[in-house]
Amino acid sequence: MRRLTALIRKETRQILRDPSTFLIAFLQPLILLFIFGYGVNLDSNKIRIGLVVEDNTPDTASLVRAFTNSRFLEVRLGQDRREFEHDLVIGHIRGIVVIPQDFSIDMALQTGAVNLQVIADGAEPNIASFVQNYTFGVVQVWLQHEAEDRGQSAAALPIRVLPRFWYNAELKSRNFLVPGSIAIIMTLIGTMLTALVISREWERGTMESMMATPVTITQILLGKLIPYFVMGIGSMTLCTLVCTLVYDVPFRGTYPALLAATSVFLLAALGQGLLISSVAKDQFVASQIALMAAFLPALMLSGFIFEIHSMPRPIQLLTHVFAVRYFVTSLQTLFLTGNVWPLLIHCMAAMLVISMVFFALTTRKTKKRLDA
Amino acid sequence: MTEPVVVIEGLTKRFKGMDKPALDGVSTSILPGHITGLVGPDGAGKTTLIRLMVGLLHAEAGTIAVGGFNARTQAEAIHEIIGYMPQKFGLYEDLTVIENLDFHADLRYLSGTARKEKFDKLLDFTDLTAFQRRLAGKLSGGMKQKLGLACALIGTPKLLLLDEPSVGVDPISRRELWAMVQELLAGGIAVVWSTSYLDEAEKCDSVILLNEGRKLYDGPPADLLGSVAGRTWQIRGIDESRRRTVLMNMLKEDGVIDGVVQGRHIRIVMAKDKPKPLLDEGQWTAVEPWFEDAFIDILGGGPGGHSKLAEQISEKPLQDKPVIDVQGLTKRFGDFTAVHNNTFQIRRGEIFGLLGPNGAGKSTTFKMMCGLLQPTEGRAFVTGLDLKTATSQARSRIGYMAQKFSLYGNLNVVQNLRFFSGLYGLSGRRQKEQIDLMIEIFDLKEHLKMNAGTLPLGFKQRLALACAVMHQPDVLFLDEPTSGVDPITRREFWTHINAMVEKGVTVMVTTHFMDEAEYCDRIGLIYRGENIATGTPDDLKKLVQSDQLQNPTLEDAFVTLVHRSHLENQLQETA
Amino acid sequence: MRTSAGRIFALIVKELLTMFRDPKGRVILIVPPIMQMVVFAFAATLEVKNISVVIYNQDTGSHGAEIVHRLAGSPAFTDITFVDRNEAIRPAIDQQKAIAAISIPQDFSRDIEAGRAARLQVILDGRRSNAAQIVNGYITTIITAYGNEIEAVRGTTQPSIRIDGRNWFNENLLYRWFTLPSLVGILAMMIALVVTSLSVARERELGTFDQLLVSPLMPLEILVGKTIPAVIIGIAEGLLIWTVAITAFGIPFKGSFLLLLFALFIFIMATVGTGLFISAISKTQQQAVLGTFIFMVPAVTLSGYTAPVENMPLWLQKVTYLNPLKYFLITLKGLFLKDMSFHDVWTNTWPLLIIGGLTMFLAGWFFTKRLE
Repeated sequence: MRRLTALIRKETRQILRDPSTFLIAFLQPLILLFIFGYGVNLDSNKIRIGLVVEDNTPDTASLVRAFTNSRFLEVRLGQDRREFEHDLVIGHIRGIVVIPQDFSIDMALQTGAVNLQVIADGAEPNIASFVQNYTFGVVQVWLQHEAEDRGQSAAALPIRVLPRFWYNAELKSRNFLVPGSIAIIMTLIGTMLTALVISREWERGTMESMMATPVTITQILLGKLIPYFVMGIGSMTLCTLVCTLVYDVPFRGTYPALLAATSVFLLAALGQGLLISSVAKDQFVASQIALMAAFLPALMLSGFIFEIHSMPRPIQLLTHVFAVRYFVTSLQTLFLTGNVWPLLIHCMAAMLVISMVFFALTTRKTKKRLDA
Repeated sequence: MTEPVVVIEGLTKRFKGMDKPALDGVSTSILPGHITGLVGPDGAGKTTLIRLMVGLLHAEAGTIAVGGFNARTQAEAIHEIIGYMPQKFGLYEDLTVIENLDFHADLRYLSGTARKEKFDKLLDFTDLTAFQRRLAGKLSGGMKQKLGLACALIGTPKLLLLDEPSVGVDPISRRELWAMVQELLAGGIAVVWSTSYLDEAEKCDSVILLNEGRKLYDGPPADLLGSVAGRTWQIRGIDESRRRTVLMNMLKEDGVIDGVVQGRHIRIVMAKDKPKPLLDEGQWTAVEPWFEDAFIDILGGGPGGHSKLAEQISEKPLQDKPVIDVQGLTKRFGDFTAVHNNTFQIRRGEIFGLLGPNGAGKSTTFKMMCGLLQPTEGRAFVTGLDLKTATSQARSRIGYMAQKFSLYGNLNVVQNLRFFSGLYGLSGRRQKEQIDLMIEIFDLKEHLKMNAGTLPLGFKQRLALACAVMHQPDVLFLDEPTSGVDPITRREFWTHINAMVEKGVTVMVTTHFMDEAEYCDRIGLIYRGENIATGTPDDLKKLVQSDQLQNPTLEDAFVTLVHRSHLENQLQETA
Repeated sequence: MRTSAGRIFALIVKELLTMFRDPKGRVILIVPPIMQMVVFAFAATLEVKNISVVIYNQDTGSHGAEIVHRLAGSPAFTDITFVDRNEAIRPAIDQQKAIAAISIPQDFSRDIEAGRAARLQVILDGRRSNAAQIVNGYITTIITAYGNEIEAVRGTTQPSIRIDGRNWFNENLLYRWFTLPSLVGILAMMIALVVTSLSVARERELGTFDQLLVSPLMPLEILVGKTIPAVIIGIAEGLLIWTVAITAFGIPFKGSFLLLLFALFIFIMATVGTGLFISAISKTQQQAVLGTFIFMVPAVTLSGYTAPVENMPLWLQKVTYLNPLKYFLITLKGLFLKDMSFHDVWTNTWPLLIIGGLTMFLAGWFFTKRLE
């Protein structure tokens, strides 16, 4: 026990004096929170479109007003389609809506459906979906009002769909991105930083000198893990504060639950970091592996931005291997929903299993020998 | 008859990817109260043997018992009774001296008054009391060594294993370290001190001589010296300018196993039962054998005196202006002065050595002269030009061999040769000719396809030299060119250098091996950035000759001159 | 002049050989790009597929059953669970077993028959707000289509508007057509950066850098000698991804190959300039890798790849003007999908010249300063 404390004390002192700690544990997290707080915004809420009005009548005028009043669209008016086509190619607008020449006449005649052409930029598939959806929405609402004006409200729309978005009524993508980014930050600290630091000891030869003393391997490993665990928890607390205070993300769970989930995740992340450093005894290789095996999956395969359900089946199965996937779910739930215990327990159990596997592998791989 | 602390039987260790074993059937024992020297060049197996004793490696064959414990199965028990100082000292550079000591003390369950006493004693012993709160990374080389030793001693070990504890350290600290370790012997500790300094080997109680994994000798150094007794001579009374020629002629003679320049004289080792050759000039004088003589003898003798390399160099034009002219060179990094006011000139066809421990400022001076660093004050001219602003053409007259032989490890021998020759403007047929020539001269044919990084050290050095001279430079800068290399390769190297110098090439060398300095025409002693003396090796020895020191070695000269300059500084300060 | 070219050539040969003969280097050039390509291509999608929904059908009439039938028949909804209590909805959403719950009220069919407006409630998981909105769009489309059919049957067709929606450049909104062209830029950038930033740092660490400085090489020649191999490798990587995109993934390429080469070349130059800058200010290989990493994460996330630039706050959008990847992504999508003209390619390429020039200049300056 004494030896363990000595190891922890030494590690803590080193952490406080090491510049790469500052870089990875503070600077990069702040950059990440900033990027995901401001830079990555999936809510397309002011999509630029060009509205071509080939038919200028009071009827079409009210439709035009419906478009320009929409809070989701930023409309530029024009007379000729061709003006906008080039803009669409270079990305200045994301959609073109054409009110054709015979619009009012056809509407008055009531000969069935009147065509409205909507062209979206398919090179931005996500935005294109929204363009189609929003346009559809504007048109439906306009039709409803027109019908009401004519006194035929009731039959206008036989079925009305009333959506309610739970837990994120304002539909801000930031609300799920920012908590999710905490998972990325924890991965950085838990896996990348640990892998770097331990392989550095191998490089510098201090690991060798330590191995010639009576400490056991378990003590050496624990002596490394515990300070970084504490640092991870501290960082998580800081990030949570930043999320709630600076980015206005709600937090509807309880702090102890967050602590529990984070602790279990850190166990898995640290386990992975340890394994990487005992496999790759130099910093360069360790950082490459950490990037590939921890950071990239955290970014791409954790469900944090990209929906896991939409991925092909083999990749969906792959995501089960990464603890960060469960952590992202836990975080998004804790922040936006609250303590949903069945889900949280499921996630924590999975993360625990993963950490056990890493630790088992690490103890097998790390011996007090240089030629292991 | 004392019980040995370590017993080793038939130890063999192989590393993956190497065709020769690192250790091959080594057996020996280490006795308490003795300093056992583990001696040999880089790659001999010294570190491997020590690591095996610590239990950090497992051997393929053989046994090791340390304090009765089996190194393979009872490593934990061994760790309780040993103190180990690895190469690179094993210190935590981000922690202070006292924090490093604290850490080791905690690991060994040392606490309370016993701890305080031990700390006081160790700090006093190593003279680090005043530096307790300094970060280990900011200590000088000598101080780091002492701290490493202190940490290894905290557990009051029975066996102290020191892996090259004195490499590159200044002679004064080296002597102090040695004195400290000797004091410990009184307590019954067994000490294993590994080194590639052959002169240290002479001072050990017992010596294990390793080369390429095999044990060449195991016993008191005196006995080894005895084996070459009566065969070591000096030729004295030769004209200074003729030294090298005489040496080269001597080496061609049958019966001469080894020969080197030693200041103004030449030192020769004869084969057993072979008569000394006749001399056209100078006289034979018998001298005491050195360890290195014995080593070379065991290895079968040094190389001949012929240098094919030098043969194909054209004679460099004569000139009376100094080829290298250094005036008042100073370099400051912040408030730390690395080099202060160095001044010297080197003439055509001269070998000049910068001698001093690691951290003295040799490399910094060197780099300023090569144009790699900007001097804070002073100027340096090579062939009349300031290299910092010199044109490509001017720089193509210079050859440079960096520390640790900076070769491109992933490129094979031919690719390295091709790159460096291309860099210096060789192309087409001429380039091919030079490359083929180098391969022949340095015997690289079998290793052509090997990656430079996997070459044995001796071949790396040869390749590095080849890369530096393909363009037939007028001036050669060599930064620690023979560090860690075995004596035979070293001899070969100097044969080439000597021959080139005869053709008028100017050579500037840095080294921390005192005996190597003797091969130079003149040397500058560098200590803590100051050029404390300049002159021929013999001049410097004469400076410190006294009744107590009748026949000072260069190391004696160094130590004495440093002390003198300390006193001078103190006097100046109090004045 | 000739000797200068000779020296530079020797340096270029050496750089390329070092890169390819280093087993670590080889691994980095091959494994990460392939892994990333697979992961990005399949995982990085904002499409919403394999949707799980919960249906609570209290209606006993035919209309309710028909809605259920329609939903079940839609390929988008792969996992439908029926519940018989309102209380079962919340846990399903909370535990993320379904992203939407559709509640068909008791008097649904009766309202429709009576000509009253019937209501359908849809509850969506706002934690995944982006996906939820798209799911809402799918549901609404199905319901509205049904509503129109009812109208048609009743003969009470109101003037309705049929939206003729087209997605130009990517008719089926295949996400892959967006991802893979972008990957040409992203992966080429990653490789070029890694190669460049390592090159100087590695030589410094090995000690061979001094050797270069003492040789007849001028600092400018060294810079050129290090730039050209990196540019070659970067362009090769880009073209490799391009080939895989077109052959293995079937992405169309409608633009001019020469324009692609042109833009790729200038883009890589700009990237290499940045890499050299990072290398010039790093003292160790380790720092170079970290520096590259710290640059790449914002560069990729704020380039328009993860989320559109137009969604960012205005002040942040201005910052993206410094990001070479942003411009190149526009060009890539333009050349793959839109047959972009030279004029438009140039609009997005001349900023790269400026960025490249600036970074090269800074790198050169730091380079010579750092010689100390």
